[in-house]
Amino acid sequence: MRRTNWLAALLIAPLMLLILGSFLLPVGFALFTAVADREVAATLPRTRAALAAWDGVGLPPEPAFAAMAQELGQALEDRRIGDMAQRLNFERTGMRGLLLRTARAAGRLEAPYAASMVALDARWGEGDTWLLVQRAGGPVTPLYLLRAMDLQRAPGGGVQAVAAEEALYRQLFWRTLGISLAVTALCVLLAYPVAYTIAKLSAPWSAVALMLVLIPFWSSVLVRSTAWFVLLQREGPVNQAMMALGLIDAPVQVVGTRIAVVVALVHVLLPFAVLPMHSVMKRLDGIYLRAAASLGANGVQRFLRVYLPMSMPGVLAGAAMVFLLAVGMYTAPALVGGDRDQMVAWFIAYFMNREVNWGMAAALSAYLLAMTGAAIGLARVLTGGVATIGGRA
Amino acid sequence: MSAPIVRFRGVSKSYDGRTPVVAGLDLDIARGEFLTLLGPSGSGKTTTLMMLAGFEDPSSGSIELEGKRIDTVPPHKRGIGVVFQNYALFPHMTVARNLAFPLSVRGTSRAEITTRIAKALEMVRLSGFGDRRPQQLSGGQQQRVALARALIFSPSLVLMDEPLGALDKQLREELQLEIRRIHATLGVTIVYVTHDQSEALTMSDRIAVFEGGRIQQLGSADAIYERPANAFVAGFIGENNRMEAVVADSTTLRLSDGTMLATAPHGFSAGERVIACIRPEKVHLAEAGQRAPVTEVVYLGDHCRLRLSYAGLPDFFAKRPSLDGVALPQVGEAVFLAIPPTAVMVFRATPHRE
Ligand SMILES: Nc1ncnc2c1ncn2[C@@H]1O[C@H](COP(=O)(O)OP(=O)(O)OP(=O)(O)O)[C@@H](O)[C@H]1O
Ligand SMILES: [Mg+2]
Repeated sequence: MRRTNWLAALLIAPLMLLILGSFLLPVGFALFTAVADREVAATLPRTRAALAAWDGVGLPPEPAFAAMAQELGQALEDRRIGDMAQRLNFERTGMRGLLLRTARAAGRLEAPYAASMVALDARWGEGDTWLLVQRAGGPVTPLYLLRAMDLQRAPGGGVQAVAAEEALYRQLFWRTLGISLAVTALCVLLAYPVAYTIAKLSAPWSAVALMLVLIPFWSSVLVRSTAWFVLLQREGPVNQAMMALGLIDAPVQVVGTRIAVVVALVHVLLPFAVLPMHSVMKRLDGIYLRAAASLGANGVQRFLRVYLPMSMPGVLAGAAMVFLLAVGMYTAPALVGGDRDQMVAWFIAYFMNREVNWGMAAALSAYLLAMTGAAIGLARVLTGGVATIGGRA
Repeated sequence: MSAPIVRFRGVSKSYDGRTPVVAGLDLDIARGEFLTLLGPSGSGKTTTLMMLAGFEDPSSGSIELEGKRIDTVPPHKRGIGVVFQNYALFPHMTVARNLAFPLSVRGTSRAEITTRIAKALEMVRLSGFGDRRPQQLSGGQQQRVALARALIFSPSLVLMDEPLGALDKQLREELQLEIRRIHATLGVTIVYVTHDQSEALTMSDRIAVFEGGRIQQLGSADAIYERPANAFVAGFIGENNRMEAVVADSTTLRLSDGTMLATAPHGFSAGERVIACIRPEKVHLAEAGQRAPVTEVVYLGDHCRLRLSYAGLPDFFAKRPSLDGVALPQVGEAVFLAIPPTAVMVFRATPHRE
């Protein structure tokens, strides 16, 4: 018994290591990045130490000013000032300018620094500026998680909403949720009859039909989304066909709209709904329908009271699959959607590639993860804890 | 006998259009009887049952239920209860909802459904199990629920396709009694399929022995056992020593090795090739008679089985009841056989087919 346990552990060890290395560690790291606050502590260690004892009332003592002036100058010389300036600037616009200006002037500043720095820029005479630096000392900060929900720390402590014109992310999450739910609903509605028909087909034809469903997998999401871009553009075949049929007089702008995003996503994700449904329906024994008929149920009753509930695990697995994939979709909305149709994944990429703001990218990822987790939890509750992806038929 | 509840008239069925699975079936089922379809695997029993239930269409012939042809009546309008071999209880419903199903699709009132469920559960001794799911029941309990579900809407005809096939011997015997009891109390007509002959013999009013899509014999258990209509039935029901023979004269057969066997082969003429069948329990051991060496002795408590070599057959069986103070024959010894002429059943050599 013990030996087999050891053997089993040994056999699954590579897989566990792979999961640990490629999944748990990166996810854990990403989640930590969402709250990590390292830049100020790394670049201004002495300033941070001098501010540690400050009670936050009025202005900090002279040693803090002195340390700030020297460390800023040194950081500029060593070209280490960028990350820290960006970090503080993200929390309050204008901080980058203040820091760079002070760093460049560091050589000319002299004691008492409290006076000379304020003379250089009046903002050094404001308690808020110093509070900002003090709070950014790390090691952790709620800044990114708050901002990803359009919140910020209030000057007097506590949490408040950001200015209305800066608010963005809550709407972004609602939009992502809305698009994903619409795509999920459409996929389920379109996939159910397809899966049902394939399950009813006899041997060679069901295999052929299943292959047709899988054909889209032969090309990448990028290719398929680009194809939709071509199809839906103003001079594209969809517009031309509708005009030829007299349905519309002038070409309709579809690319760059929410509809284009939903269409492209439904197309990309449809097979993920068909496959789990089909696998459940295929195993759904015809004997239950015969039993229902022998008990007096007509065709409609047989479908609604026996077939539909018995195929529900497949429907839920397919829906969960589509939803989880839709929530994280990047390529298709980026290609066929407009600025107002982008989903969370696009902003994550934006913060990583353009802004190099890892904290914000990680915070958005964390909420996305929470959203998918909540979706799985909901699916479990709905099925009474029976089915999730690959759940029991 | 009043008008039959079911009447098969010349019913044939072929799945591929060439090989008949059921061929020219004529069968009247009497109201209230327990009829068993018994036969080897592939003999067409399930197909016959499914044509009656409406899940298969006959290729030709007609089926009447209560005097009316039902060829065009879909299964759900036939009002026939069916018990399937693998229960077919709906896994997504509780026991009570399973039982309610045939009633609610008929629009029965809630109050009526509740009382009927209670009665049905009581009938199959499962009161208090209504809230369980089928998966939470044992095989025997599931089959009881399936039984109750097929009976709860008071059909006058219930079909059962090997309902006890998946159960172990003890449970099977228990449920056999239960089905008999229910049959007796409710007075329903039951058509029962099995390939277990002892089940058929103990439960049925009449047995239809199927082979090759045809009924080889239809009759009561004792008629089928004591007076098989042909060599197939003789061999299929109970044990038999089967020997090829030629009719010597009106009182004797000559077996292939020349041994002469006394019997009265009615309706055969001298020189005709026939099959002679002798049941092991009808072979008596005597002080003198035809000599047969013993090749195997199997002690079975109330009797022992002897394997003998007799008349050129290496496997001729005889049963000897256990008797006080009489020693068992030993392997290598020879015994003497006394075969009463009435114990020899004579059949045409080619299987009898209408
Ligand atoms: N749907 C079908 N398609 C083609 N052939 C079939 C079909 N169902 C049954 N058969 C064939 O018909 C013959 C009779 O089958 P049937 O199921 O009636 O036998 P059975 O007497 O019930 O046997 P068993 O005791 O094994 O259940 C078999 O040879 C079987 O292969
Ligand atoms: Mg069968």
